[in-house]
Amino acid sequence: MISIDIEKKLRTYKGEQLLKIARQFPTGSITKIYGPSGAGKTTFLKIIAGFVRPEKGRIIVDGNIWYDSGPELFVPPQKRMAGFVFQDYALFPNMNVLEHLEYATNDNDWIKTLLSIGKLENLILHKPQYLSGGQQQRLAILRALAIKPKLLLMDEPFSALDPKMKTDLIGKLKILFDELKCTVLVVSHNQQELEELAENEMSITDTNDNGQV
Amino acid sequence: MDLTPIWLTLKLAAITTFLLLAIGLPIAWWLSKSRSFFKIIIEAVITMPLVLPPSVLGFYLLLAFSPQHGIGKWLHKAFDIQFVFSFQGLVLASVIYSMPFMIGPIKSALQQLPVSLSQASYSLGKTKWQTFIKVLIPNIKPSLLTALVLTFAHTLGEFGVVLMIGGNIPNVTRVASIAVYDSVEQMDYTSANGYSLILFAVTFVMVIAVFIFNKYQLKSPLE
Repeated sequence: MISIDIEKKLRTYKGEQLLKIARQFPTGSITKIYGPSGAGKTTFLKIIAGFVRPEKGRIIVDGNIWYDSGPELFVPPQKRMAGFVFQDYALFPNMNVLEHLEYATNDNDWIKTLLSIGKLENLILHKPQYLSGGQQQRLAILRALAIKPKLLLMDEPFSALDPKMKTDLIGKLKILFDELKCTVLVVSHNQQELEELAENEMSITDTNDNGQV
Repeated sequence: MDLTPIWLTLKLAAITTFLLLAIGLPIAWWLSKSRSFFKIIIEAVITMPLVLPPSVLGFYLLLAFSPQHGIGKWLHKAFDIQFVFSFQGLVLASVIYSMPFMIGPIKSALQQLPVSLSQASYSLGKTKWQTFIKVLIPNIKPSLLTALVLTFAHTLGEFGVVLMIGGNIPNVTRVASIAVYDSVEQMDYTSANGYSLILFAVTFVMVIAVFIFNKYQLKSPLE
């Protein structure tokens, strides 16, 4: 169970607004997070991963406290090891496909499995700049999965994939998430999207003080 | 023509570049991260040699490390180290004088890398140091090379600082730029021309090499 209750002030073009979220996510669940641009969806994921510190609140993951503003406890992202798929992919320009996965894990069998899921077996020696947008996005997903995360945070992870590839990949990922007993939070700007993947959904609106979810 | 000043210059430039790489990388990394007032002050101090007349810097280094005063006196008594009119003094002065040429390009390149690169590495459980070595440094290679060459070339061309703290002692502190000046003073234009041509050729080849490397290197789209 992941229990989150946080508050964070966001600076937006409309001025300051408060991101206030209190929610629990059962272990192994897949939740779609949607809402308008600038509402704080990405910030919410980054707070969970430990890249951004909230002002107040608690984050508890499977009984472990990752953040608590009371006694000022903050577990760094390296210890949280939440898989993260960035909206801009954040691939390492100096590493090829295989090196990305080898940087994340030593398990060669697991790397082979991942390459097959992402259909990147024939591109292992290619660096990101020689991959298409869709291939880069798949690599970003595979890299996040390479550490076999218990919590996976994905920010618009399928935006560059064609419909067929997307359906195929989502089908395989669902099986994988199930095997890993991985809790997944996936951000999408479109409420209608990802119905085949996520069983739960959560909206982050750009309201302010009463925007509690 | 005595070639010792040329070797001395190359030795000084190589040692300075090596030391500045070791000192400059962590400082540039530290400066590239979030800014504070303290960092602005430190950065201003590091940048000062760019705008300060070299003789001013040399003068203060001469005072600071004179065996008769303060730090210089203490270093002389405690460790028997003398920075004034010695080769190690030239190294110290060069490190300070060329510091902005090493730190500036590296810091700017690190700041231009998206923050998500580091975050992605942290999310894989990698430490800040692992991230710096495996992700950040390899992705700023062209800027790193520029910094190395600028530092080396700038040290080759030092005159004012070196003259103030090192003087003109043959085989010890008489580097090529001083040898040129000295030869002209003695109306020995042949030697002055020899030293000058060698310095010109070395720096020209180095700068050309950087341009070629940066042109043909498969640069990352992020830089």
